Order: sequence, then C-alpha cells, then structure tokens
Amino acid sequence: MKKIIYTLLLLLPLSTFAASKVNLQSVDVDLEDFVSIQKGAEHYVKYCLGCHSAKYMRYKRIAMDLDIDEAIVLAEIAPEGANIYDPMLTAMNAHDSKKWFGVNPPDLSLIARVRGPKWLYTYLRGFYTDKSKPFGSNNTVYKDVAMPNVLWKLQGEQTAVMEKNHGEDVISFLKVETKGTMSRQQFDQFVTELVNFLVYVGEPVQLERQRLGKYVLFFLLMFGVIAYLLKKEYWKDVH
Amino acid sequence: MKNRVNKCCDWTLERFPLSKLWNEHMAEYYAPKNFNFWYFFGSLALLMLVNQFITGILLTMNYKPDAKLAFDSVEYIMRDVNWGWLVRYMHSTGASAFFILIYLHMFRGMMYGSYKKPRELIWIFGMLLFVCLMAEAFMGYLLPWGQMSYWGAQVIISLFSAIPVIGDELSLWIRGDYVISDATLNRFFAFHVIAVPLALIILVFLHIVALHEVGSNNPDGIEIKESKDPWGKPVDGIPFHPYYTVKDIVGVAVFLFFFCTVIFYMPEMGGYFLENANFIPADPLMTPEHIEPSWYFTPFYAILRAVPDKFAGVIAMGGSIVVLFLLPWLDRCPVKSIRYRGGIYKKALALFVVSFLVLGYLGTQPATPTFTMIARVFTVIYFAFFLLMPIYTRWEKPKAVPKRVTHEPDAEEKYAALVEAFEEMTTHEPLKTSWGATAFPVSPNKEGIKHVLTRLLEKLKRSFE
Repeated sequence: MKKIIYTLLLLLPLSTFAASKVNLQSVDVDLEDFVSIQKGAEHYVKYCLGCHSAKYMRYKRIAMDLDIDEAIVLAEIAPEGANIYDPMLTAMNAHDSKKWFGVNPPDLSLIARVRGPKWLYTYLRGFYTDKSKPFGSNNTVYKDVAMPNVLWKLQGEQTAVMEKNHGEDVISFLKVETKGTMSRQQFDQFVTELVNFLVYVGEPVQLERQRLGKYVLFFLLMFGVIAYLLKKEYWKDVH
Repeated sequence: MKNRVNKCCDWTLERFPLSKLWNEHMAEYYAPKNFNFWYFFGSLALLMLVNQFITGILLTMNYKPDAKLAFDSVEYIMRDVNWGWLVRYMHSTGASAFFILIYLHMFRGMMYGSYKKPRELIWIFGMLLFVCLMAEAFMGYLLPWGQMSYWGAQVIISLFSAIPVIGDELSLWIRGDYVISDATLNRFFAFHVIAVPLALIILVFLHIVALHEVGSNNPDGIEIKESKDPWGKPVDGIPFHPYYTVKDIVGVAVFLFFFCTVIFYMPEMGGYFLENANFIPADPLMTPEHIEPSWYFTPFYAILRAVPDKFAGVIAMGGSIVVLFLLPWLDRCPVKSIRYRGGIYKKALALFVVSFLVLGYLGTQPATPTFTMIARVFTVIYFAFFLLMPIYTRWEKPKAVPKRVTHEPDAEEKYAALVEAFEEMTTHEPLKTSWGATAFPVSPNKEGIKHVLTRLLEKLKRSFE
C-alpha cells in the first residue's frame, strides 16, 4: 500500500507537465508609465474600438487617472463627437457584427483580467496568413479566432512555418513575408502599449490600491507591535 | 451630569443582566492558560464573520440581483462607487479567508480532541456552521453572475437530479427554472443575504453558549475544572478577559497583515480567490472548457468525481461531510490531545491531512485518467480515516496524561532557539577585504546544517511515536 502511494506521489508532478501549452511571451507591463497607457488608449480607439467596446471605462476616468487634460483626451484619444462622460462604446451595431463575424466582438474592459497580459501580448503578435479562413488569417494562441488580422498593415504579413511534433503538425515559428509600416521593435512597442492600456482598463484602481496598501500594512505592523507589548504586559503574572 | 449618567446606567442594569453576562462570558470565564497558536482561529473566524456582514451590507447597497444587471453592477461597484473596490475585495478575500480559518479551526479540534466528551455538541454546532458556511459561499458565488458563477452553480445543482425518482423535480424546484436563470439568482440572493446569515448567527450563538457551559479544551486535552483552588477557581485557568482578549488582538493584527496583503497586492490570489473566467459575464449558451468550483470546495468535488457513478458520487460527497459529524462517536480513545495519544492516530491524522490537501489540488485539475485514479486512492484514505477509526483507536496505546497543563515555550523562547540553530548552520570566517579591513561574512556551514536537519528529522520521527 505504502509503495503504491509513494509511486503515485512521485508521478504527481510529472503528469502536470503532460499537457503542453503555447509558449506565451512575457511583456513589460508598467502601470506607472502614463505615457505608455495614454498611447495605448490612442491605439485602442484607433484600431480596436471599431468593433470592441470597453463599456466600463469612461473617457473622463482616463483623464483623471492619467492626469491628462480633458480637452486633450477628447482631441487625441476619444473618437470624433464623443463626450468626456461617455463610456468607451463601439459604434458598431451588435446585429451587424453578428452577421459579419459570426460572433459579437466581446467587450474588452475586463479582458486583461480574463486572459492576462502575456496572453494578450502573444495573441496580438500571433496572427498569420491562413487562406482557409474566412478573413484569411489565423492565430497561434487562439486557433480559428473569428477576429481578422487588424494590425497587419503595421506588423506586415506573417506565415506559419510548421514542424512535426509527435506526428502532429505544430507551428514552429512565424515568418515575416512582407514588411509592415513598423519595424519589429516598433510593433512590439505598439503592442506593449496596447496591453498596458488593457491591463489598466481591467482594474483602473490598481495603482491606488498598491499605493494605499503600503500605509495599511505599515499601520498593521505598528499596531501588531503595540498589541504584542500590551499582551506581554498583561501576561507577566501568568506562570 | 455624572450623576445623571450613573443613574441611567443603574436604571439599565436593574433591568438587564449586563454585568452578569459580561462576567460569565468574559471577565470570569476561565480559559486554560496554555492555549497555543492553534487557538487563535476561533476568534479570527468570528472577526471574518463580522467582516463579511459589514462588507456584505455595503455591497448590497449597490448590487442588483438581476440577471441583466448583476455583472454590470459588480463592475460599477469596482469602478464608480467610492471605495467599492476595497469593500468588494474585502468580501471576496474574506470568503476565502473564512474557509482557511475554519479549516484550521477544525483541524485544531481534531488534533486536541476538542470534539470529545463533554464537547460533542459544540462540535455538532460547529459542523452545522460549516455546512451553512458552505451554502452561504456557494450561493454568494452565483451573485457576480460571471461564467464560473453560472456554470459552477449549474453543475452543482444538476447533482440533485442524480437522486432517483425525485431528482429532476428537486433540481427544478431549487433552480426555479429549467436552467440557472434570473429566478435562481433572485432566490440565491435572498438566501445569501438573509436566510443563511441568520442561521449562521444563531449557530454561532449556540456554539459559544455550548462552549461556555463546559469550558474550553486545551492543547493538553485535560479538564482544568478538575483542579481548583480553595476559592473554586481552576488553577490552570485565567479569565478570558483581559488575558485572551489582549492575546487575540495580537492574532488579529498578524492575521490582518496577511489578509490585507492579499487585498491590496493579490486580490485574485492567482485565480483562486477570484477566478479569471468569472470576469466574463454569464453566457448560458457557452460552456467553459474547464469548470471548477471555488478552491474551498475542491476536496469534496474531487471525491464526487472520483466515484464512477453520478448518484454514488453525490452520496460519497455528502458522506464525506456527514462522517465529520460522527467524529465524536467514531473516536474510541479516552485520551483527547494528540500529545498523549498513540502513534497510530498521529499517523492516521497526518495521512488524512495529506489526503485532504491532495484531493483539494485534484479538484482544481481536469479529471484525466491518472488524476481520477489518484483521487480514488485518496478518497479511500479519506473515508478510511473515519470509518476505521472505531477499530484503530481501540488498539491505540496512549501515554500518561498529566494532571495539570504543561508549559510550552512561547514565541520569544522559540526565537532564541531559532537564532541558535541559525548560528549553528552558519560560520563567520574572518576575511580580509581589499581595503584592509576584516569582515565576517555569513556563510553556510555544511556540518551544522546536517546536525540541525538530523535533529529536526529525529524530532519529527519521535513526534509520530
């Protein structure tokens, strides 16, 4: 009996490795870099908002959190005609999008909390040409995704180079076929800014939360010391 | 003025036994003086209950129990309500913290035999509290109306349909609809904010009244009431107030430090306290790839999945909680505390803890054939711990139990021993630095580490005898 248990315990960590996953690339998310978040917001409105709302986010909140003038937010971030109190809603009709793409493009307010920054970063860089798909593109992390390759003009066109792994065709790497308007570095920077913005939108209070946490923990530490000294004083006569 | 206040106080005290209650339950309630680390969790659980009540009331002020509005209202609390995010995180982290505290509290009871005569009823009330807490957590988890809320509830309620004959009708009756829907959300809200909390309060009251009637157990598992001084006070007892109130405040500070670290720096706790999939609004038409319950249910969920037949699985899951109720009568050993019990119980308890943790881990993983097999082995161990207890506790050879409580080294004495062990494991070789001064850098000492480790292992081995 003991032997069986030990063997099982030894096997336990092995089996967790059995499921293979797509390698996600790490991304340098920095919420204190307001410039990066602001640029990300601009990219979002330019490239994503056409289909994806971020309905829990108001332009006003961006101005407040990033310390930018409301006029600048309206001029540089918000689309033409938007009010500062408006939430970031797409202009696309849900009925139409369902007809065109087969699915409603999801709201992206919380996408960073669902997928995590690494996933988003890898996903946005992982589109490649696939003639068999309705929009001519596919994705390395999200196979057969309904979303077309929106950023192809910037990134250029990529194709997948396949290799055999345990008898199955898997993507080995993505090869750039035609160059985009951005260099590889510029494009990575662009995606990083976009991801930075999405992480911020997922929980706009993050920075404040972490800033406040320091004071709370410091207070509790002091409180703990005083409480301990008080306890010691009371317990002096207990033997 | 002062006279007026005094008169007011007297007026009240003549009509209400406040001082009597205070004395009976605080100032003259004698608790054993040798409570250790494990005795913090009861008062901390009470703190968490209060936390859940206060934050829960605040959340209700902005939450909308409506399938169309629920998800949005939670995000509204997170973004637009002043301090809403803090209240929500306190509530969500509080739910998980509550279970951690309760599991530790129950483990304490199992270690020191706190469920044994004359404290069986305290254990029963405690178990009822645990069941209510599970119901409270399960129903509360539906309220954010995320994908995992929805599908988790769907899976658990569908379990009722496995019951023969009445199953389908029963699950329909619980849901109020053929699927989880607005009707389900509304009734769960009613239960979560009114019915179950009320039951919790009543049970906590009964739990404490029953405890104060017979008095607290202690790490030595002996009755302090058996040795009294000439004035009728237990010699090994000290008044709960002020001694344990000031001590518990230290526990509160330490606990809150960890609690707040989670709230402010890792509110999702890597997807265990707030699941990633629950940030997607509930979609009845899209089943998530992998449905898992909240971490505190996973041991029981793993037991459910380990049994091949659905109905038998439901019975096993229910049984895994029912056996806990029977604990006071399954254990036949007259000695309470693990300190003086035979090695067999110590090993059995250790095995039980391992099986509980492994089952908890397996419950979070997809049910692959290997994992299901492992889950079966540990389900058997889980049940064997309880069902074989009447047999193996009879063979047990307990050690002599002392008449009076023993002294345990306190934190400061332990700290000195720790420093000593650290000193033994390191050396301070004098080293000439480049600018001519002598430094004593701390470097590990292989011999010392070996000594300390052997001592530790020997101690561990001895503690299982």
